[in-house]
Amino acid sequence: MRRLRSIGAFWYDFVIGDDWRVAVVVVAALALTAVLVHAAQVNAWWLLPVCVFAALGWSLRRAIRS
Amino acid sequence: MTALPLILTVFVACAVEAVEALTIVLAAGLTREWRSTFQGMAVALIVLAAIVAVLGPTITLLPLTALRLVVGALLAIFGLQWLRKAILRATGHKSLHDEASAYLREVEAAKTAGLSSRGRVHDWYAFTLSFKGVLLEGLEVVFIVITFGANQHNVGAAVIGAAAAVLVVAVTGIAVRAPLARVPENALKFAVGIMLTSFGVFWGAEGAGVSWPGQDAALLVLVPVVALVALCYTVLLRPRPGRSPVAPASEKVVSS
Repeated sequence: MRRLRSIGAFWYDFVIGDDWRVAVVVVAALALTAVLVHAAQVNAWWLLPVCVFAALGWSLRRAIRS
Repeated sequence: MTALPLILTVFVACAVEAVEALTIVLAAGLTREWRSTFQGMAVALIVLAAIVAVLGPTITLLPLTALRLVVGALLAIFGLQWLRKAILRATGHKSLHDEASAYLREVEAAKTAGLSSRGRVHDWYAFTLSFKGVLLEGLEVVFIVITFGANQHNVGAAVIGAAAAVLVVAVTGIAVRAPLARVPENALKFAVGIMLTSFGVFWGAEGAGVSWPGQDAALLVLVPVVALVALCYTVLLRPRPGRSPVAPASEKVVSS
């Protein structure tokens, strides 16, 4: 159990890293993009870059203030 | 897209990780013994090669749209991690990764550890130190090799970039017999973070169904825009004169 937990912690740190909020924003932005493209027929190519830049700024700000 | 950006991105990313692995291998080899160190390194390289050999062809069997969505999301998250750390280090809010001090720490630990042998390995400490160092640093490279290679259906080119970087760093390390402290690691990580984020955004959005204006040529705009935004954050977050930055306690200093 302890070994499983440490393996899980390693992969979490490897993929998600120091700020899980960044990962959440990326996944949410991709989901929203897919909805806009497929349901609303909007070619929302601009959405992911905007969200990524905002997430980076937010994460940096939080890291500096904490 | 030609294979050149793929090879260059993998080369730079792999060179950074290889420099960090070299520091650990040198500490184990020079302080303990070279035979066990090389055994640990060789086993780690075999494990890494096996991961690429198994996952590389398997992942390319996925439908391209699903592959781009998943790989794009992972690359964007991964790239933003690198970029975040590089910006925090460039602005003084996180300590720079120092190969010389990392080397001294490993040497001190290696000197105090006892000697024990297992099977054909004479010095188990040197073996495990070298194995763990190469494997952990190499996993990030494997991730980049597989994701970039699979997306371009050219895992071979990605492997060439990675192998070339390992060779260059290993030859340089053998020549100088010291950690490569002069390599501008943070600048390289900044560049790799920009590439990973850009490709992640490009492929992720494509996987979500987006059609980029200009198709693949959109990357020629996306990469400089990501670089510009990252540079703007670096300039904006630089501490003002008279106010010294304090590295947050929660940030890991030694991690890559």
